[in-house]
Amino acid sequence: MSVIRMITLTLGTGLLLGATQLSAAPSASMLADTCAGCHGTDGVSVGPATPNLAGISEIYFIDSMAAFKKGDRYSTVMQRIAKGYTDEEIKLMASVFAKLPVPKTVQETDPAKVALGEKLHKDNCHKCHDEDGALPDDDAGILASQWLSYLNHSMEDFKSGRREMTKKMKKKVDGLTDEEISALNHFYASRLSSGSGL
Amino acid sequence: MKNFTRRDFIKLMGSAAAVSAVGFPAIAAAGGKKQVVVVGGGPGGATAAKYILRADPTIEVTLIEPNKHYYTCFFSNEVIGGDRKLDSLKFSYDGLSRRGVNVVHDTVTGIDAEARKVTISSGHSFSYDRCIVAPGISFGDDIAGYDMAAAEKMPHAWKAGAQTALLRSQLEAMPDGGMVLIAAPPNPFRCPPGPYERACQMAYYLKNHKPKSKILILDKKDKFSKQGLFTQAWERHYPGMIEWVKASDTNGGVTRVNASAGTVSTEFDTHKPAVTNIIPSQKAGEIAHTAGLTDESGWCPIDGKTFESTIHKGIHVIGDAAIQAPLPKSGYAANSEAKVTAAAVVDLVNGREPGEPSWVNTCYSIVAPEDGISVAMVYNLVDGKVAKVKDAGGLTPADSSPGDRKREYEYAHSWFNNVTQDIFG
Repeated sequence: MSVIRMITLTLGTGLLLGATQLSAAPSASMLADTCAGCHGTDGVSVGPATPNLAGISEIYFIDSMAAFKKGDRYSTVMQRIAKGYTDEEIKLMASVFAKLPVPKTVQETDPAKVALGEKLHKDNCHKCHDEDGALPDDDAGILASQWLSYLNHSMEDFKSGRREMTKKMKKKVDGLTDEEISALNHFYASRLSSGSGL
Repeated sequence: MKNFTRRDFIKLMGSAAAVSAVGFPAIAAAGGKKQVVVVGGGPGGATAAKYILRADPTIEVTLIEPNKHYYTCFFSNEVIGGDRKLDSLKFSYDGLSRRGVNVVHDTVTGIDAEARKVTISSGHSFSYDRCIVAPGISFGDDIAGYDMAAAEKMPHAWKAGAQTALLRSQLEAMPDGGMVLIAAPPNPFRCPPGPYERACQMAYYLKNHKPKSKILILDKKDKFSKQGLFTQAWERHYPGMIEWVKASDTNGGVTRVNASAGTVSTEFDTHKPAVTNIIPSQKAGEIAHTAGLTDESGWCPIDGKTFESTIHKGIHVIGDAAIQAPLPKSGYAANSEAKVTAAAVVDLVNGREPGEPSWVNTCYSIVAPEDGISVAMVYNLVDGKVAKVKDAGGLTPADSSPGDRKREYEYAHSWFNNVTQDIFG
């Protein structure tokens, strides 16, 4: 919101605000640029563990940051960092990454695991993680070409209960062995990657 | 040499009031380009140059840096510990050149804030609409006998490169059972957790190769960054190897060295270590002093919103050289400050009011292989000053599990890869 619009609104509603309350939020790009040190320029991570942010949907970004802020989602540093931003600022950041294409990563995956993972994906996951986990419109995390280490951490947290799953996902994940989950992670990591996948 | 400023252009236009309408666009195209000169190619300067061009490719950005390559100070302790090669810290300016930054390898000898001109050692000068100064640190004289010659025997290794390699080679050459002495500096200084991470990395090497050796840290402070977490890590990985002595126990830490005799003295006693790492007190990089950008503290006072010098208008100082507290003197803070100031400079040269800033910092320390700890904070502007966002940030919890800290170790290395790409890529 521009300062002029805020002043107009303030006058219009007859409210008197102190000068400090009139400070505008930082711009969307100003806020999103703060993520780049760990998540890469424009949210494209060069890895090996910090996830890409580019291409993820606004809803998924906002939900994730809200969960970090509340302590509902386990993290190392993200709970501490998410608390530094207002809900409005998080929305602005989300708008930047949602406009960017899903990036390709170059990482090694195990072909046998990728093959098994592909079958498991079709049997279990594809309804909510369409296009091999590359479709932002699912409002789920982007899995395609995501860093393998991050996928491993995420599934470890889902399995241990440190991160909440939807009921649908829990039913599927509870039926999978550790080897099968590892295969799924390799499959997603391999998608969009140069030399394999799509 | 482009010495044509906006001021010259206005002057020219004034004296050429009779110029035909047809003639105008040609002159505007030649003289209308805004010019930004960035002094210093470390994390602050390099990021600023890149992000100015990202925001406004019509600005002519010149980066002046004496060295052809930059060695990051961050992660140089892993070189001292032996898990990393020095070359992995080495970055060129090719990425910035490809983006259109005019990279000049020379030393800046003067900045004329009145004439808006930066002069280099060859005598050439560069006019600017805005100048960004990011010179990093220089060393103070708090330790008698410690000069450039002494640093060849007792390395500081607080600017990465040859000094880092020297300290590593001295560790490799020392006998088992020898003592390593680290003289830790007073506040404020570059990389607040650095001396204590360094003790971890040295101990990691010694534990595996010279296990009878000891490390003595003589500090100029009574407390230090991540102190609880480091003390835990020393106990966890290197019990009995690292002794930290606070300033008040020696009446102020190391005061004197004799580099040729190999001795290090406090007011109370004298040591003769096998390896001596002297980290002196610090102040802004030399050009900041030459250009009159420093105050009596030895650092550069700045406006919180844009990091414009409060001494010389039109010059912004970012990174370690600035009085930027509560932001720390870290590589990540310099990178974050650079982006905020780049956005402000782009606004200012285009006649716009700069927007609200937002800064971030995360500092990882590698205390052992697969064991990382961190401190993080988000910063905003409150009443014209940089402030920590209330209830945000903090340290790795004291009760974190080995699995948690293994992840921090992985994220630390991801940070190195991503931030160096963000700076130089």
